[in-house]
Amino acid sequence: MNRRTTLATAVGAAALLLAGCTGTGGSTKGADAKAPADPAKVSGTITVLTQRTDLVQDGTMDRYAAAFNRTYPKVKVKFQALTNYEAEVKIRMNTENYGDVLMIPGVIKKSDYPKFFASLGTRAERSKKYRFTGFTTVGGKVYGQSPIGVTPGFVYNKRVWKQAGITRWPTTPAEFLADLKAIKQKTGAVPYYTNFAAQWPLTSWTFVNGSVHCDTGATTELAEGNPWAQGADLRVGDTLLYDIVHQGLAENDPTTTNWEASKAQLAKGKIATQWLGTWAVIQFQDAARKAGQNPDDIGFMPFPAQVDGTFCAVVGPDYNQAVNVHSPHKEAARAWIDWFTDKSGYDKDNLAISPLKDAPLPTVLKPYEDAGVKLIELDDTAGAKVKLIDSESEVGINAPDYRQKLVDLARGARKGSLDDFLNDLGKKWTEAQRTAGS
Amino acid sequence: MRHFPRALTPWLFLLAPLALLITFTYAPIVNMVAYSFTDWDGVSPELHYTGAHNYAEIFTRQDLFEVFFVSGYYLVASAVQIVAALYFATILSFKVRFRNFFKGVLFFPSLINGVAIGFVFLYFFQDGGTLDTVLRLFGVHTDHAWLGSPVSANISLAGVSVWRYMGLNFVLFLGAIQSIPGELYEAAELDGASRWHQFRYIIAPGIKPVVTLTVILSVSGSLSVFEVPYIMTGGATGTETFVTQTVKLAFQYNKTGLASAAAVVLLLIVLAVTWLQRRLVPDSADNRMDLV
Repeated sequence: MNRRTTLATAVGAAALLLAGCTGTGGSTKGADAKAPADPAKVSGTITVLTQRTDLVQDGTMDRYAAAFNRTYPKVKVKFQALTNYEAEVKIRMNTENYGDVLMIPGVIKKSDYPKFFASLGTRAERSKKYRFTGFTTVGGKVYGQSPIGVTPGFVYNKRVWKQAGITRWPTTPAEFLADLKAIKQKTGAVPYYTNFAAQWPLTSWTFVNGSVHCDTGATTELAEGNPWAQGADLRVGDTLLYDIVHQGLAENDPTTTNWEASKAQLAKGKIATQWLGTWAVIQFQDAARKAGQNPDDIGFMPFPAQVDGTFCAVVGPDYNQAVNVHSPHKEAARAWIDWFTDKSGYDKDNLAISPLKDAPLPTVLKPYEDAGVKLIELDDTAGAKVKLIDSESEVGINAPDYRQKLVDLARGARKGSLDDFLNDLGKKWTEAQRTAGS
Repeated sequence: MRHFPRALTPWLFLLAPLALLITFTYAPIVNMVAYSFTDWDGVSPELHYTGAHNYAEIFTRQDLFEVFFVSGYYLVASAVQIVAALYFATILSFKVRFRNFFKGVLFFPSLINGVAIGFVFLYFFQDGGTLDTVLRLFGVHTDHAWLGSPVSANISLAGVSVWRYMGLNFVLFLGAIQSIPGELYEAAELDGASRWHQFRYIIAPGIKPVVTLTVILSVSGSLSVFEVPYIMTGGATGTETFVTQTVKLAFQYNKTGLASAAAVVLLLIVLAVTWLQRRLVPDSADNRMDLV
């Protein structure tokens, strides 16, 4: 054997070894994270992974941990904030070392949950107390719990909308467009801001799904039907976005938008509307305070569609917290999730909807109560299949690409017609439906 | 230490760099080639061998190759970049006032992190941003959206790439030029050669290996542009390149197997283009001078 072949063999052997370690194996599959019987006795140091870098930096998370320690004195909680949460956690999940408590990243297949996370209990038992249990249920067992509920909607500047002479929420997309036109003519504000460059605000247009037809089976509809068929939820949402941009009701140059700056601009009334979610309201109120504006000017309205004269808003989970199946301190980890969900006040601090079924709605949604907006939760049984079809077809309903193309199309930076574009998406989607899962 | 075999000594010295090279370059490449024959989604513990299916998909899907047209913009930009770098390197190799200052100015962009450059230029091209403001100073009033249409966006991004990489080429050329012995210029001046003649007959042949290297690096660089479009536009508005597309396949659509195959294909294309280039441009007489 000469030197060259020795080296090649060494490289080859190393590669074979590495190629073997793509996953965590299934030895601990099916573990449970039981709630501790006596809070005073449970002990251990747990690491909590979070995407909220801001809350870790300003000490808010440490204050939660201190409050947690009043009930569970022997558990030490450490936080690891990840800036690019999804991508970093995904890579770490190829090892066993991904914290004791983490948010379930979107990329993990539902059927793989039992391999990565310890169960929090059965759905039958948990759904009595908590919302969103269906989103993490595999085989009757629940693997995660979101500490807050969010609902998508338009964040808008009340002062600007009033100035344009609009007193009630638009009830159809056409009415919404007419209102934006009035804002453009009467106030000089940018009626709608796409946040094209930040990308994810465009992605959130997918959350119109369900609210257009007030349908709790909207996710199943995605898995089985064509989301871009005439009158289907996503087509209605995408058509509205197209029309907003096409009729010149969005910002001049979408390609260089700035998310951070857009908050202050909306607070000051330079931007009138953005499609986001309840979670954003607190950030815009902060921006208003910093800019010396009235935080009460920040309003929130549902998607302009009504069924039998009532608006509909879909309440969904944020990231679901879960216990690492490899954690040596599952009881302590479970204690943290229970405490953070039930008692931390994290939901109130974020003006969000409580994950507890019997809790009252947050003040942000007071206008919703007054207007009789119906809040619904989607059935997520087909959620895994939708993800599969989405990846297979490369449409990316949870990625910004196709809506960036839609906006480009609407402002003439891309050739083609809206119908062809949406029909093409529908074609890709339905083709993938046939192959996915086979 | 009498019995220590002498032949082992070089290997001992090579141990550290080889270990690093194998761990961080060759092992991941072999691993990637292995993934390219599977349907792995990047995170699931399960993966299945799918044979050459991923490669078949890449070569039968036209849309995956259309992005190479975008490389054309960067190819033209590299030509501009090399000519400009050569021009500045030649001028600054002669005695010029504030020579070191200009050297610093030209090299400075290469020191900045690519991601930072992306963000800086995002502000630069913004509606009413730096570029518009500067143009207004010269009386040009424009509300052109610089990243707004595919052609304009690609030219803008290629411009950023020129700004970023010209300094590096410039330093390479300058180093090569300064390694030419000074007596040659003196002799040429005595013989009455002009600056252009000095460039044509002394500098150009003297730095040919470096130029060849730069051209090869630029061409392979143009085929695999990543940072600038990824940070600035994320591939929107027709600025998608092969690498940003591959990253999307891997991390957005979780087709790690397919993306690995795409990366292998790009590697082969770059190798083929380099090989072709070496065939087309004949070797210099002295082979030891060649850098690639």
